[in-house]
Amino acid sequence: MHIELQPRLDPPRWLGVAAPVAAFAVALLIGGLIVALLGKSPLDAFRVYFVDPLTQDWSLEALAVKASPLVLIAVGLCFCFRANLWNIGAEGQFIAGGALGGALALATHGVPHDGPLGGSWILPAMLALGVVGGALYALIPAVLLVTLGVSEILTSLMLVYVARLALDYLVRGPWRDPQGFNFPVSVNFDPDATLPSLVEGASLHAGVLVTLAVVVLAAVVFGRTMLGYEIRIVGAAPRAARFAGFSERKLALAAFALSGGLAGLAGIMEVSGQIGQLQPSISPGYGFTAIIVAFLGRLQPVGILVAGLVLALTYVGGEGAQIALKLPLDVTTAFQGILLICVLGADVVTRYRVRLVGRVLA
Amino acid sequence: MRDWVKGAAVVALAAMAGSAARAEDKLKVGFVYVGPVGDFGYSYQHDQGRQFLQKQFGDKVETTFLENVAENDSQRAFEQLARSGHKLIFGTSFGFMDPELKVAKQFPGVKFEHATGYKLAPNLSTYSARFYEGRYIMGEIAAKVSKNHTVGYIASFPIPEVVSGIDAFMLGAQKVDPNFKIKIVWVNSWFDPGKEADAAKALIAQGADVIAQHTDSAAPLQEAEKAGVHGFGQSSDMAKFAPKAILTSLEDNWGPYYVGEVKAVMDGTWKSHDTWGGLAAGMVVMGPYENMPADVKAMAEQTEADIKSGKVKVFAGPIAKQDGSVGVKPGEVMPDKEILGLNWYVKGVDDKLPQ
Amino acid sequence: MNGEMAQLILVTVVTAATPLFLAALGELVAERSGVLNLGVEGMMVMGAAGGFAAAYVTGSTLVGALAGIALGALMALLFALLTVVFAVSQVASGLALTIFGLGLSGLVGSGFVGLKRDPAPHLSIPGLTDLPGVGRLVFGEDYFVYAALALAVLVSFVLGRTRAGLVLRAVGDNHGSAHALGVPVRRVRILAVLFGGACAGLGGAYLSLAYTPFWSPEMTAGRGWIALALVVFASWRPWRALGGAVLFGGATVLQLHAQAFGIGLPGQFMSAIPYLATVLALVLLSLRRRAGSVAPAMLGTAFVPDR
Repeated sequence: MHIELQPRLDPPRWLGVAAPVAAFAVALLIGGLIVALLGKSPLDAFRVYFVDPLTQDWSLEALAVKASPLVLIAVGLCFCFRANLWNIGAEGQFIAGGALGGALALATHGVPHDGPLGGSWILPAMLALGVVGGALYALIPAVLLVTLGVSEILTSLMLVYVARLALDYLVRGPWRDPQGFNFPVSVNFDPDATLPSLVEGASLHAGVLVTLAVVVLAAVVFGRTMLGYEIRIVGAAPRAARFAGFSERKLALAAFALSGGLAGLAGIMEVSGQIGQLQPSISPGYGFTAIIVAFLGRLQPVGILVAGLVLALTYVGGEGAQIALKLPLDVTTAFQGILLICVLGADVVTRYRVRLVGRVLA
Repeated sequence: MRDWVKGAAVVALAAMAGSAARAEDKLKVGFVYVGPVGDFGYSYQHDQGRQFLQKQFGDKVETTFLENVAENDSQRAFEQLARSGHKLIFGTSFGFMDPELKVAKQFPGVKFEHATGYKLAPNLSTYSARFYEGRYIMGEIAAKVSKNHTVGYIASFPIPEVVSGIDAFMLGAQKVDPNFKIKIVWVNSWFDPGKEADAAKALIAQGADVIAQHTDSAAPLQEAEKAGVHGFGQSSDMAKFAPKAILTSLEDNWGPYYVGEVKAVMDGTWKSHDTWGGLAAGMVVMGPYENMPADVKAMAEQTEADIKSGKVKVFAGPIAKQDGSVGVKPGEVMPDKEILGLNWYVKGVDDKLPQ
Repeated sequence: MNGEMAQLILVTVVTAATPLFLAALGELVAERSGVLNLGVEGMMVMGAAGGFAAAYVTGSTLVGALAGIALGALMALLFALLTVVFAVSQVASGLALTIFGLGLSGLVGSGFVGLKRDPAPHLSIPGLTDLPGVGRLVFGEDYFVYAALALAVLVSFVLGRTRAGLVLRAVGDNHGSAHALGVPVRRVRILAVLFGGACAGLGGAYLSLAYTPFWSPEMTAGRGWIALALVVFASWRPWRALGGAVLFGGATVLQLHAQAFGIGLPGQFMSAIPYLATVLALVLLSLRRRAGSVAPAMLGTAFVPDR
């Protein structure tokens, strides 16, 4: 007996929504089983994870702040992944962007701004530098790939470790706050170098709006522009793309630069919006988690927005579960893996008809 | 949309009513850890403190912890705890300083405490332990026990706490053996058992016959045991990992402090303060002195008693810096503020601090 | 530096290289069949947790190693189901496997935090192990090291000299033709992936049974990723993977030695050396190669037979 897959030529639209929802339900069942095995009530866990965070203003804001970098990086990654380029070093590009943009904040710290613009140019310049930093850092593996054929998976990954250590060195050395008792943190950024809050006194910062704008823009680029078209063709039918005369090299460079640039933007927004200073570690693995978000969102900008929010929900809810139910954090991590596995597995029914074929063994 | 979600949630809540814990009369105490409670090192010891606290007060308190919280997420973690009715919240990592300060300003009715930081607020205290006091004793023991006159020191990150630990260790060692040598390896991690083990092996291969560590895992100590040299336990009594190699352990002991703070909150006497306690306060505890001659043990016990009584001050002058310049003048004692931000080595340390 | 010290350093290098090599060898076989499994880290850490738990409960290092192998293979089975049977994206499934493994291993291992075992036994042959200069290096390693070498011989032989190896490579290079010739493509791939998981699990068990004999969460500390790099570095050849593992292990260990000697470079720079060296080595390798990739042609693509 074996399983046979028959490609669906024209998958029905409803299936594209129903399958992930069903997968979510299955993941919930498995997660509930684990919770029950740990001796807690699955219903309580469901409420704490998925209902409570959606019912209060502050937790909704926390969701948006947590999801923002994930979504931004993941949208960038889809430019690469769609073209079958495996950039798994977004974490390093995030750090590079945060560091380069943050460097400007440190350089302008405490300096009076007498020009006609005052200090208002600093924040936009920081964001631009963040994009540049991330893009340049992503171009290292891209250039090595297109000129020498070096595997981008590995170089982009190795460069993550290098970026982490470089930032660590800078913050412990040259960028250290001289008044900070030699602790490894920079000075707090000036207001001119800080992303403004959207709600008075809350953590919701303007970067969330930037992310939303990028999602919309990316959806347009994918659906309506030549670049989006080329990326889709190269990814889906590389040979056809070559016949059509697309330059794979240019495309690879463009995809990496875009994806690195967005990761870098996410980095500088995290630094100037959420953290407000530079410190040895500016990312709790956002660059890696975003890869999951990209796939959960089926490599589509709007899907990624939803996926990013769902994943952020498990983080916020996971903390709630530790507080209210004393569930260990590992449950959350395991559940995130299960969720991803289920959603990926559900992909099969949208792309193929699945059949069990064959003899029943006597 | 949001209202719709709220409505649905209310229905769901009503359906599940009865399961929500009602504990208005209990004092809820929250803890935020930077590592997993299973690290068997820094976060583990804080959690031991929490469990001690829970045991002391029984059902008069309810304790909660959030583990493995990254700095970026810590503000939300503190906010979650404050919003869920916790009245006293401990943040146990330096990196939580600014996020905790922000949340403290937002929730003036909640008491916050931050370990190893230096920013205070009316409802935010700081607390830390003078681990360097214990390292001074360890240095003395190492200098007595080592035959090669060399200690291998596995360090995590060049922050003041680690630097002051190295300095104190060497001051203790030099009192016994002025020519005592130290070899330092920075592993750039608080917790990476494999790398810590490799560092210990490298140091032992290069002639160190006592291993000291300012990282969290028991791996270096186990390597010492394997190689037949000596070592020290970190954070908790690690004797069982290396019964033949262990000399003593430098134990973190947060429980009594946590109990005191909770009592203060219950009595209404809690005030913002800056606590920096050492051996005398019981925040730092020396493990049993083992695998050493009786005279060395007696010396260690004497020094411990003298530090507790204040007769011995670790950073009492004269202390020369690495380059020979004056660090602390004769007759003076380094002020706490300087120890808290220490960034230079004492003379005799053969290593370069990243500046 | 005298001979004894050189030997001590080399023994350390061997220990550092062994888990990397075990995981890389397994992944190499999977990739040769055309399947890219980025879940090595997750399979390794499960092997470490399960291996320690089983060894602690039964008191037997061997049972621990077998449990590590079994758990690694179980994780790989899940991966094979997704990618080989259901034709789901291999990159995404591999990452999911890593996350799942990190979480689940924390749950499995939570009861074993702070417990210790004696390290795995070492070979000891009277007369030989005590030979000065080389005895401990050649005749005094733990049994995992010899098992890893035996595995290398086996894999290299099977891949290069047997029909099974030929079939495996054929599946990785062109699954369409292999299928046309009557090769059960998916079955071959499932077996290759399972072997990869078993090796990763064994590599993980090595960490918690021999390297540092206790369990702690996330104790693999990125070694699964390094193993993945080694496969490419080795151009998908077993013996080169061994060379790569020794080089990487050597770079890690030597930077620690350089620090202990008192070289005045920032520790962060020293820690970055192994990663930079890997990138540099990849670049140099690609300069020496002529145009065209040596990767299995089907690497990362799912096989869906059209009946």
